[in-house]
Amino acid sequence: MKREPPQSIADYGPLFFPAGMLLIFFVVPFGTMIAVSFFQRQEGGFYTPAFVFSNYERFLTAFFGGVLGFSLMLAVTVAICCVVLALPFTYLLSRLTRRLQVIWLVALLSVLSLSEVIIGFAWSTLLSRTAGLSNLLVKIGLLEQPVALFPSFGAVPTGMVYQALPYTILVLYPAIVRLDPTLMEAARTLGSSPIRAFFNVLVPALRNTIMATLIMVFIFALGSYLLPQILGRPQHWTLSVLITDQAIYQSNMPFAAAMAVFLVLVTLGLVALTLLIGRKGEKA
Amino acid sequence: MTHWLKRFYFLLIGLFLSLPLIVVAGVSVNAKQTLAFPPQGFSLSWYGEIFANPEWRSALIASVVLATTSAALAVLIALPLSWFLWRRIAPWANIFQVLGIAPFTLPPVITALGLLTFWATTGFYGQPWTAVIGHAIFFVTLPLVTLSLGFSAIDRSFVEAAATMGANDRTIFRTVVLPLILPYLVSGYAFAFVLSLNEYIVAYMTVGFTLETLPIKIFNALRYGYTPTMASVTILFVFTAAVIFSLVAKFGDLPKLLGAMASDES
Repeated sequence: MKREPPQSIADYGPLFFPAGMLLIFFVVPFGTMIAVSFFQRQEGGFYTPAFVFSNYERFLTAFFGGVLGFSLMLAVTVAICCVVLALPFTYLLSRLTRRLQVIWLVALLSVLSLSEVIIGFAWSTLLSRTAGLSNLLVKIGLLEQPVALFPSFGAVPTGMVYQALPYTILVLYPAIVRLDPTLMEAARTLGSSPIRAFFNVLVPALRNTIMATLIMVFIFALGSYLLPQILGRPQHWTLSVLITDQAIYQSNMPFAAAMAVFLVLVTLGLVALTLLIGRKGEKA
Repeated sequence: MTHWLKRFYFLLIGLFLSLPLIVVAGVSVNAKQTLAFPPQGFSLSWYGEIFANPEWRSALIASVVLATTSAALAVLIALPLSWFLWRRIAPWANIFQVLGIAPFTLPPVITALGLLTFWATTGFYGQPWTAVIGHAIFFVTLPLVTLSLGFSAIDRSFVEAAATMGANDRTIFRTVVLPLILPYLVSGYAFAFVLSLNEYIVAYMTVGFTLETLPIKIFNALRYGYTPTMASVTILFVFTAAVIFSLVAKFGDLPKLLGAMASDES
């Protein structure tokens, strides 16, 4: 039985259910959202069909520009921190015995699957006055008395790095495991120190992977919606938080939808960029 | 020197990943209703509270039911799709693979908002089953990815042998393909299950005001009064995830599932 093109309608059978589900419950809602983004908002949280650009015009305010700039800056910071931390770690991980690798992978998956609510709660406990790190600092004698380290700006990227680091490692992992081990051996034989070999051989060899990973982690961080709320102050809110806030608490669906459409466009642009980099990498 | 440095780096990352959880584990065994660390006294009553307190118990049940059914639905969507893509040459059908991966790649708030507008427009907003569909669509990526990996690992000559001996598609699927694909099916289900258990935004936006899942309950508790039960639920979640992923690792090939195939097999 070779792979062959479908001959009759019956051959398409297996496709009906999955295609139907994805079309009805992903494509249609997506389209609904785009439509709503052009609707006219009415007082009291309702909206009526229309075709207005006023929801998009609100982007042009200084407040929105500030939130957008902050979200992008935050996501870039988190992406860079994650890749810088994850790259040497993933390399070292790929050199461990299989058994140890599996143990680390299970731990990483467990942290990765944690709800943002739980990560937010765990970090708010760790940074709190009663249970947190500052108690430790008091014991060592570095602090006079315990203080709360959140909400603050520093707490937001810290929590987000915690959330995105396992993701970064698992994105890098396949590329690094498949890397030809003789590359590093050659560098070592020629007298390079492990650290020099890492920067002069491994990092250039993985250049495209690193770029693609940075973009993927950036998108992942852009989606963070609870940590800025739990660990930060209102001025640390990101676009994702704002979308939730407009949709649920301000009942302004058209504006929330317009922001979401905008976020999709930013994300899709970046995904296209990733694919482009990936294609270039294949050619090289 | 470098050996020592390596160990130190592993320790550092390990500490970063575990420190918040260690503190939460400490908080969860406080004797009194306080979030102190180190814990004052020792008591496991906050773990009992998850099951004894009707509010936490119903949230737990809601979460488990949601995760069980939505992961099953995700697998039901992913299996025929990846079977079709493997069995047939139909390049245009790859669009459905892309559609299946898209919700997971985009920021989650987008899928959530799309579903919210959709359910609000169709008038089903707030129905518990809408969350099942929402999660199934949101997490269909995971079984889809594991199953495509599984199908690509099947030796086509097995299937050809079966076909030569007169087996039809249905028999081939049941007797040859399904047994080979089963580990990937189970791990795809496991990934979707664990992530659904932890998911907040899609559940919140679709059924947030009618059904309280555990993540929603924890978030509400964050706003309206901390209790050590939040800590014990957190530890329960970490523990559940670790057990499930360990099982996946024991019965499947975790490095391979995560895309690290050896270069000599393709």
